[in-house]
Amino acid sequence: MGSSSSALTRVPQAEQLMQETGFSPAHIVRLFDRFEFLDKERRGELRPQDFGAVKELAMNPIGDRIIGAFFPPGQETVDFPSFVRVLARFRPVDKNRSRDPTQPEPVNSRTGKLKFAFQLYDQDRDGKISRAELLQVLRAMLGMQVTEEQLQSIADRAIQEADLDQDDAISFEEFRKSLEKVNIDHKMSIRFLR
Amino acid sequence: MAWFVFPVDNLLCMCLCICVSAWFTLLLVFIIVPAVLGVSFGIRRLYMKTLLKIFEWATLRMERGAKEKNQHLYKPYSNGIIAKEPPSSLEQEIQELRGPASTLRSEPEFEMADIFYFCRRGVESIVDDEVTKRFSAQELESWNLLTRSNYNFRHISLRLSVLWGLGVLIRYGLLLPLRVTLAVTGIGLLLVLTTVVGFLPSGELRTYLSEKVHLMCYRICVRALTAIITYHNRENKPKNGGICVANHTTPIDVIILANDGCYSMVGQVHGGLMGMVQRAMVRSSPHIWFERSEVKDRHLVAKRLGDHVADKTKQPILIFPEGTCINNTSVMMFKKGSFEIGCTVYPVAIKYDPRFGDAFWNSSKFGMVSYLLRMMSSWAIVCSVWYLPPMNRQEGEDAVQFANRVKAAIATQGGLVDLLWDGGLKRAKVKDALKEEQQKLYSKVLVGDQEDQREDKPVEDEKPKDDESGPDSAEGQ
Repeated sequence: MGSSSSALTRVPQAEQLMQETGFSPAHIVRLFDRFEFLDKERRGELRPQDFGAVKELAMNPIGDRIIGAFFPPGQETVDFPSFVRVLARFRPVDKNRSRDPTQPEPVNSRTGKLKFAFQLYDQDRDGKISRAELLQVLRAMLGMQVTEEQLQSIADRAIQEADLDQDDAISFEEFRKSLEKVNIDHKMSIRFLR
Repeated sequence: MAWFVFPVDNLLCMCLCICVSAWFTLLLVFIIVPAVLGVSFGIRRLYMKTLLKIFEWATLRMERGAKEKNQHLYKPYSNGIIAKEPPSSLEQEIQELRGPASTLRSEPEFEMADIFYFCRRGVESIVDDEVTKRFSAQELESWNLLTRSNYNFRHISLRLSVLWGLGVLIRYGLLLPLRVTLAVTGIGLLLVLTTVVGFLPSGELRTYLSEKVHLMCYRICVRALTAIITYHNRENKPKNGGICVANHTTPIDVIILANDGCYSMVGQVHGGLMGMVQRAMVRSSPHIWFERSEVKDRHLVAKRLGDHVADKTKQPILIFPEGTCINNTSVMMFKKGSFEIGCTVYPVAIKYDPRFGDAFWNSSKFGMVSYLLRMMSSWAIVCSVWYLPPMNRQEGEDAVQFANRVKAAIATQGGLVDLLWDGGLKRAKVKDALKEEQQKLYSKVLVGDQEDQREDKPVEDEKPKDDESGPDSAEGQ
């Protein structure tokens, strides 16, 4: 370890990214290779259709939403630093992190992961998962396998259970509360090798 | 000044003549005659051992160079960037997400946490997926003195550069012309001799001669590529009236296998040189060439293949069921057509050693001619061929299951990853059916098995009938 590898010099904003995200130099280089692999036309940025090259993603029922999570509203392309910042949320939680209230919370904390998942539901980013948004996600995950009525009843029950202030929508706090018992670190983390 | 130029000219001519004749004599003695007779001097294996030693030395030098500069050597991670959990089913994962309290309920139950499963799978596949990396060349751990597989060129010392330069000279100046000459000789002989044999009347003599001719020409072609092949388990070699299936990495696979036995090839009719070769081959032994229009007609294809295997005097058919070239790290879905015919299947596993030259044909990057040039300017093509024991379709097994069984056997023997994905994904989009599979599986977790529900409510039939349309084939887990 010690000084950075020479391969790192071809990666834009490498040092800054490592500081922000906590990825090691080896991780950054590999992610850059993957980025360049997806960026077949060498434009230096990715568009939604470039993610289409990933076959396993096309099979995922919420594949489109996940791709959408990489593109902030209004933006049509994503460059490498933004790509890495999104993926940084999936790093395993740092257990030894000092709980310093003055420091901003890292993106891969439990709250950070919850926020990512919340945004998959809350597409219009108004801070609440409305009944309509919930129905959309359910329809995506179930496809044509359930009837409209079954879908409505599933949504009803879900909102009933989670909606504590009875406003027929699920806010972020209610979302967090309903997932208290879930081991989010395990389920929303990707272990990067070496 | 005429009198000055003339002797020099003469001298030059003489030198040239001597060189060329020496060249051709060497070629004949050391390469063509052994190829014709089927013997080997062992030169190629010696060459291979020497090269290996040089590569190891080169990699050590680069590591030393990198250490001196206090930097890291970039080692491509051929096994993947992320640690994937052992594959468990969708049901298992979702139950885990929900915790031990939830068990099978009678009412459909959705939890907000369910989305985590799909989310993580999605992001994992963005970072590293099993399929897309099979369609590009495998990355090497050590450098083999070819620029095309080098990632650490900042660490090359002067000595290494000299070695590399020498390598370029040898490969392009010596080996490439040699190989091109051999290839031309091989193909030319094939054309001429098969046509000659084709004039003989059908019978034992013709079959015998045609075998010899084919083997001889393929041996020359193998030397044209400097292919060093090790055949294992030759007692399992395919016999007449069977089909030989193998994993597909490159068009050269055909030459590798045909070097050791006679097969009937199956393929589309081409134009140009390939077409000429095809027509010549067909004159002396039965190959199966399809017109472009006939390829779509599956019944016609099956009938012709069936007729061929029914005739026990005809050679075994050679088929590559993947349908496309894969980069030799995995075996992808076998198309079931050849497994429906109902004859004995002889599986063959081919594994290339990428250190001497990557044999994979990336057809989206290179055309046929540039691919052949790359092949002929690498060091060598080293591969192992395993003949596996013959397999037959068992009772109660359908073609797809049989195909998967054969595929698993080939993957195990060759040390390749066995994938369920269709190689056609190289060019095509993922079918919606795969996404529907995932949706079906998830809905089962929520709503329970559709059959159970049906028993409970015999009167209502709102559920769509196409849930039970036959057994699911190859679940894409």
